[in-house]
Amino acid sequence: MLKRKALLIDLTLCIGCGACQAACKETNNLPTEEEDKLSPTAYTALEEHGEIYVRRMCQHCEDPTCASVCPVGAFTKTAEGPVVYDVDKCIGCRYCMQACPFQVPRYDWSSRAPQIHKCNLCYARLKEGEQTACAEACPTGATKFGDREELLAEAWERIKAEPGKYVERVYGQHEVGGTSILYLSPVPFEQLGFKTNLQETALPQLTWNVLSKIPNIVTVGGVMLFGIWWITNRRDEVKQAELHEKIQQHNNGKLN
Amino acid sequence: MKNYLKHWTFWKAVAALLLAIGAVATVVRFGLGLGAATNLNDQFPWGIWIGFDVLCGVGLAAGGFTIASIVYIFNIKRFEPIIRPTILTAFLGYLLVIVALMFDLGRPWAIWHAIIMWNPHSVMFEVAWCVMLYTTVLSLEFAPVILEKYNMTKTIKVLKRISIPVIILGVLLSTLHQSSLGTLYLIVPEKLYGLWYSPYLPVFFYFSAIAVGCAMVIFESFLSSRAFKRGLELPLLSQIGKVCVMMLSIYAAMKIVDLKDRNALNLLFIPRTETYLFWAEVTIGIIIPIAVLVQRRLRENRRWLFVSAAMVVIGFIMNRMNITVTGMEAASGTTYIPSFLEFGTTIGIVTFGFVAFYYIAKYFPVFTEEHHDEMHEAVTASQAWSKDIKKVSHAL
Ligand code: SF4
Ligand code: SF4
Repeated sequence: MLKRKALLIDLTLCIGCGACQAACKETNNLPTEEEDKLSPTAYTALEEHGEIYVRRMCQHCEDPTCASVCPVGAFTKTAEGPVVYDVDKCIGCRYCMQACPFQVPRYDWSSRAPQIHKCNLCYARLKEGEQTACAEACPTGATKFGDREELLAEAWERIKAEPGKYVERVYGQHEVGGTSILYLSPVPFEQLGFKTNLQETALPQLTWNVLSKIPNIVTVGGVMLFGIWWITNRRDEVKQAELHEKIQQHNNGKLN
Repeated sequence: MKNYLKHWTFWKAVAALLLAIGAVATVVRFGLGLGAATNLNDQFPWGIWIGFDVLCGVGLAAGGFTIASIVYIFNIKRFEPIIRPTILTAFLGYLLVIVALMFDLGRPWAIWHAIIMWNPHSVMFEVAWCVMLYTTVLSLEFAPVILEKYNMTKTIKVLKRISIPVIILGVLLSTLHQSSLGTLYLIVPEKLYGLWYSPYLPVFFYFSAIAVGCAMVIFESFLSSRAFKRGLELPLLSQIGKVCVMMLSIYAAMKIVDLKDRNALNLLFIPRTETYLFWAEVTIGIIIPIAVLVQRRLRENRRWLFVSAAMVVIGFIMNRMNITVTGMEAASGTTYIPSFLEFGTTIGIVTFGFVAFYYIAKYFPVFTEEHHDEMHEAVTASQAWSKDIKKVSHAL
């Protein structure tokens, strides 16, 4: 079975050099100037929190909300792990942006033919058996590429090996059902702007619980409505028939 | 009467002005893109075009399926006189929702993708299909009015024959997408503020849509009885008011149970913007209308009925705006105030709806004078009403 790829980002190792963004921009043919926020031209960006730098990017969720909400299926979770976007399907409704729990997708607001922009975990490179451009460029190993299961195990080993160095949590292990980007941090994640109020089960289940009931609603509802119509209509018919009969009896009486 | 005419020309001028603003907004939107026309951004991707034009638009058009099911499925034929204007409103409402959607979509030319590129896991996909099919249903329900004018009796007969399945389909589709507009927000549990987020959002959306559908029928009947100087089916309307208050009560009860179940009752008393706007919404849209409409005497009073229907409509709009804007702001990390052009487009679209209704009702047999027993009551009411109109027009 194909193993899902992932990134392990160890915030204690990041020196804020920005090599990941530079490499990302080069690989994706984006304008090269440095940016400190995600944008249509920055699929990853470094956020400064005092001494600590946090790399933001699409989390490549295991069960991605964006893929579930998109009406035309423009997002796909690939077998290798990346969540990729297909502009040829997109209708520009921005439900993906509204729904993404990490506020990742970016939009060309000034364009007349806007697209969604976000990291694609170097899907093309992954298919060639290569690692992501950012992991390759990272000089300290703060961003490490590998199989998700292995990286997860390694993350916990690092936590166990040096007690006190990290908070005991791998961000991305459980958040909204797990993500392909895993973080280790020396301070509680909420201090670094991470969303820590996310549920542990995947969000798409919330809407699927309702959507999956539709066939039942339609059949039961249809039969019920038809039944009500039949009964109320029948009642009218019977009334009319009775009236008719009475008139006839009356007329017959007259004839005799 | 002369004054009254002047009054009318005034409204036409207002409509022309509002349509012009809408036209400017259209040019900017399609010439320069969404960024230039709106105050939306990556943190706040949905604004009033979704919140008001789509969510409120669809809800306010819910009178269509409510009245259609009362008349044709429950066979309560005395409501027939109001069915045509109601269906027309719904039909126009849905067409305008689609127009608004074309403004809001970044790639509107690709809208047809939803027909062939399926994602059954997407609520948006389901809504798209329902809106598409239901608009078709509404066009079939309204077609006889147009056909009648041109005496196309044969086509009308065919339509009559399929009318029951079509109406049942319409009710089913409405049930699905009215509730699904609430389901849209199930996916943002940590973004939508606790006073509004609930696993029962679809149910809330459904019941509030029926309530506001009823309120709209009342509201519109008053407006058109004025504009067309025709009778008012007051007894019918107060019965619709009764349905409305029933729905509001169910809604209110569910809302309380829901807040209690989620241990969210304390949110009702935290001093912050969300709390105030929530209270405003329920006071205007639920508490006062229920208090008024449960009283038979007030329900049968023209003014009280009209005022409470208007309040239900306003409260409903506040609810949808609270869900789409107020309740989403805190988590988005930004504030959103619609741009002038966003308002302009919305106002332009709504005005277009009013104008279209006026002309269609003027040239096609929308208001039919059918002879029902109830009609003479309506006529009496109408006489009183026209006296009122005269008084008002003299006063102006
Ligand atoms: S982080 Fe957002 S955009 Fe990325 S896969 Fe998850 S839901 Fe999709
Ligand atoms: S904006 Fe495009 S990619 Fe995002 S949900 Fe809408 S159609 Fe899908």
